[in-house]
Amino acid sequence: MAKQVKLYGWAFSPFVSRALLCLEEAGVEYELIPMSRKAGDHRRPEHLARNPFGQVPVLEDGDLTLFESRAIGRHVLRKHKPELLGEGNLEQAAMVDVWLEVEAHQHHPVAFAIVVECVFAPLLGRARNQAAVDENVAKLKKVLEVYEARLSQSKYLAGDSISLADLSHFTVMHYFMATEYAAVVEALPHVKAWWEELAARPAARKVAAFMPLGFGPSMEEQQ
Amino acid sequence: MAPMTLYGATLSWNVTRCVAALEEAGAEYEIVPINFGTGEHKSPEHLARNPFGQVPALQDGDLYLFESRAICKYACRKNKPELLKVGDLKESAMVDVWLEVEANQYTSALNPILFECLIRPILGGTTDQKVVEENLEKLKKVLEVYEARLTKCKYLAGDFISLADLNHVSVTLCLFATPHASVFDAYPHVKAWWAGLMARPSVQKVAALMKPSA
Repeated sequence: MAKQVKLYGWAFSPFVSRALLCLEEAGVEYELIPMSRKAGDHRRPEHLARNPFGQVPVLEDGDLTLFESRAIGRHVLRKHKPELLGEGNLEQAAMVDVWLEVEAHQHHPVAFAIVVECVFAPLLGRARNQAAVDENVAKLKKVLEVYEARLSQSKYLAGDSISLADLSHFTVMHYFMATEYAAVVEALPHVKAWWEELAARPAARKVAAFMPLGFGPSMEEQQ
Repeated sequence: MAPMTLYGATLSWNVTRCVAALEEAGAEYEIVPINFGTGEHKSPEHLARNPFGQVPALQDGDLYLFESRAICKYACRKNKPELLKVGDLKESAMVDVWLEVEANQYTSALNPILFECLIRPILGGTTDQKVVEENLEKLKKVLEVYEARLTKCKYLAGDFISLADLNHVSVTLCLFATPHASVFDAYPHVKAWWAGLMARPSVQKVAALMKPSA
């Protein structure tokens, strides 16, 4: 029987796996429909009909088609685990929104730039741009100082309960922590503890298996 | 009940993004400017409101919020949750999609254009036309998608106005203060959608607050 929930994309994308993490946390039955980045599946008309921006992931939930990984995450959690969004409590929901924006606009651009250069560039056969890495590592240190201060005062980013704001960091950080710059996180005791706890979650471990860190044929094949 | 305080200068399109939402939501608020020239954004008082030392920040009683889009959501949740379609799974999901699109597709292409055309001259530099051209091309591709979308529905998330539409207001007003506003001309449904937004009292209020020219 076809599953009601389908997620389209290549799982080694931290965007696709952000959505996968939310599906796993929510305990939803879903089907991952693999696509090939190498073959340009995302530019085909059938995919553009689902996401006119030609990107992954895309979620189909019954007759609802969604794109943008954080929007997909919100929908899945709103439907199945609204407490992870702080729903029903104005202040909690506001804090989740704040730290989700922080993830998207303060953390993501710098951490992802480092991941692109250090993890993806070698796979795509191009040289790492060390200047870009150095610039972003310096920025990331400043951002994580704020996280360290925050996590010294509250167990999770949005407060005392885990939320989408924390979960949304997992997939990019999974790749980041495999680079030599993991030391930046390790130097900050509260950020380190927060990261380790996040990575130990069963849902995170399951999704980590989709994001291979080994360099070699397996990732190329997935492409 | 005390009004909310929005901290930041109205020159910033991140600050005025919040004004559009606060106005449309009918919130009681006041704006307190933060002086970047004197380094006020890095003062201990302001860092207590926004640890990244940026604007905007919002104070509502004991609650301090930052990041403009989080502030906008809060204003809607508190005063006009229908702008987020709270309570309707499908419609709120569509609002979330187009809220992400505004940030990740539209404004990410528009920001560098606005920075080069409006901010660079204030800082005593010259506009980098290459950056402007590259991002105009990206913006056009985004506008093609918007044109197709707005041919099918009146607003971005559906046939209802939502925060997804309103979050476009401040940056689009800024676009119209640059020499590149004509980029909209090729997209009649986008133009009509924008004209509709411009007619709203909330948007008129934002337009009046922003500086008239670069």
